[in-house]
Amino acid sequence: MSEIPKRFWNEYQKEIADDHYFYERSCIRQTFFPGSEAAFLKIMREELGKDIKDEANQHTCTGIGYHSDVVPIETTMTVVARLFSLMTEDGYENYVPSCVTSFGVFTEMVEMWKHDPALLEQARKYLREATGREFELPKNIAHPSDIIFKFRNELKPKMKYQLVNRFTGKPLRAVEHVGCHYAKIFPEKGVGKSEFPHVLSGMIEAWGGEVIDYPERRHCCGFGFRQYLVQENRGYSVANSKKKFESMEPYEPDFILTNCPGCGMFLDKWQYTIAELEHKTYDKDGYGIPVLTYEELTGLLLGYDPWVLGLQLHQVQCETLLNKIGIAYNPDEKYKGVSGKVLSMPDKPTVLKV
Amino acid sequence: MKTIAIIGAGPAGIEAASILAAKEETEILLFEKSASTLDNLRDKAFLFPDFSAADDLVEILEAKLNRDNIKLLSGKEVKSVTEQDGGWQLQDAEGTSYTADAVLMTTGYKVFDAHRKEELGYGIYPGVITSIDMEKKIKEGKVLNAVGDTPKKIVFLQCVGSRDEKSGNHYCSKVCCVTAVKQAIELRKLLPEVETYIFYMDLRMWGGGFEEMYRESQEKYGVRYVRGRISEAASTYDGKIQIKSEDTLVGLPLKMSADLLVLMVGMEPSEGTKMLTRQCNCADSYGFATTMNPHLRDNETAQPGLFVAGSCKRPMSLNDTLTDARSAVVKIAEYLR
Repeated sequence: MSEIPKRFWNEYQKEIADDHYFYERSCIRQTFFPGSEAAFLKIMREELGKDIKDEANQHTCTGIGYHSDVVPIETTMTVVARLFSLMTEDGYENYVPSCVTSFGVFTEMVEMWKHDPALLEQARKYLREATGREFELPKNIAHPSDIIFKFRNELKPKMKYQLVNRFTGKPLRAVEHVGCHYAKIFPEKGVGKSEFPHVLSGMIEAWGGEVIDYPERRHCCGFGFRQYLVQENRGYSVANSKKKFESMEPYEPDFILTNCPGCGMFLDKWQYTIAELEHKTYDKDGYGIPVLTYEELTGLLLGYDPWVLGLQLHQVQCETLLNKIGIAYNPDEKYKGVSGKVLSMPDKPTVLKV
Repeated sequence: MKTIAIIGAGPAGIEAASILAAKEETEILLFEKSASTLDNLRDKAFLFPDFSAADDLVEILEAKLNRDNIKLLSGKEVKSVTEQDGGWQLQDAEGTSYTADAVLMTTGYKVFDAHRKEELGYGIYPGVITSIDMEKKIKEGKVLNAVGDTPKKIVFLQCVGSRDEKSGNHYCSKVCCVTAVKQAIELRKLLPEVETYIFYMDLRMWGGGFEEMYRESQEKYGVRYVRGRISEAASTYDGKIQIKSEDTLVGLPLKMSADLLVLMVGMEPSEGTKMLTRQCNCADSYGFATTMNPHLRDNETAQPGLFVAGSCKRPMSLNDTLTDARSAVVKIAEYLR
């Protein structure tokens, strides 16, 4: 392999609020990564001492329906307006949507209203008529990965582990995949903008790891809505993920880091699908490449229990990575619920080792 | 005695100075902010469309400065140009003042900074170079890929920083199309085994002999042309450059790996051009100089006695620049008559 000079990632920095956040959960992340949102709230409150509101009356942002043209824009505007009204009623101004597509939707609505105030008035009218509520626009919209990025250096001294292979002493090598709706719609709303977003690579580098720059780095993860929403099209989704795996394989990544529900889900689950279809895995030993959310990674390095973080619910199991970092875990606790009883044991894949 | 200040000792400035100086009772103050003249031209190996050596032209132009009434002020950057009592006062960066009866701006262009197109990987991947870098390699007669081997495949991309919404430059830089054809031919002469591809939006072969060069590049030298922009470049595991594009003639996406990706960088107004055109209220939206009329008064600004020539007005080829300088001379002579 040729020696490539050190890359310079774009140093562009967006405005990210310091404290007092209104958190909006994702409609799908708690299914895919059940420990991630709880971990984020814990990190914010207990590690960083921040004030963050987890509002009980929240709901979908319509993002997936909006982008697949089944939800009209007037509905999306009104739903977004209702979520902003919850934020306003709770006394917050800094909006933090958990999902990257939600982040894109909220940013888009605010930008649209800025350029066309008549639409803002229309949204206010619809919300008033439907619910009697009023709302203020947020002063700041940041994705949770922005916030973890912002405080990455403050978190580092609190961490029990670094992204270093304890067997070799070398940095762990990570592939990062940033969701499309994070910076591709509004490049200036993403840390590092859209071509070389720095939000995840900044975390990896700050915590001792090495970012892999592979040819298909920017290629779609396979969560393109047109590809996965219609079941008959899902072959395209697998094909996209496969293209990325083949491209990253020679670099031998230790793990993949994502900030979007779909990227994390498909890059994880399609490894099983490809293994079953083609008897192919993209690591040397047949276990697959572990895929983590940024909350899971942060939690792991802070010493949180991998099973409380929900890593046992990933398709590619994380023990290879935990062993490399040296993270302590109890295999007997892996499938136990809070009652202490084993909930159930998943079936083993035919090809992918677990 | 009439004094004419010319700002910028590039081809336009030198050509105009040499003709104006032929007239008796004339003194030329030729300002050049760099230590040397003709900096942009010195980077070139061969010139289109006749493949003459750029160094020969440098020598000829330099010889034109050998006149007693041309005072070359190298290392003197003009910071201000103001009209004063029917004449002109200029001040350099050190604060020294000069007076002149007429001023000719030939402050030229600068090359588009390809770092601004991050997706194309310039400054990130060593296999991505600009047309200026390639010109220097051709001049040295040594073209190697990023890992020091003889390249097998070289891709050129047109319109980098020209006709480009993202960089804010909507104009055509005019010389890049034919420059890529010229460089591809030169590479095939230098490395007969190398495959060359040129990715383009349109091929604008507007000048005399250009279309013939384009035809010859295909028929004699096997240069291949793909109509499509490159959306991104990335390094492969073995240090090559992977590009993604669409072949818009066949309507299909395209991916290939090359040893070198050459970005055909466009022209932007030089810093001097931008500063002086703003100061003299003759800047267009990009900072190039505007003139009174594109047909009949294309060397005159709205201020009598202040003239412009060459690529400080708009992207211009070398031969057009020289012609434009001669045209400015006519107008200056009329003005001083």
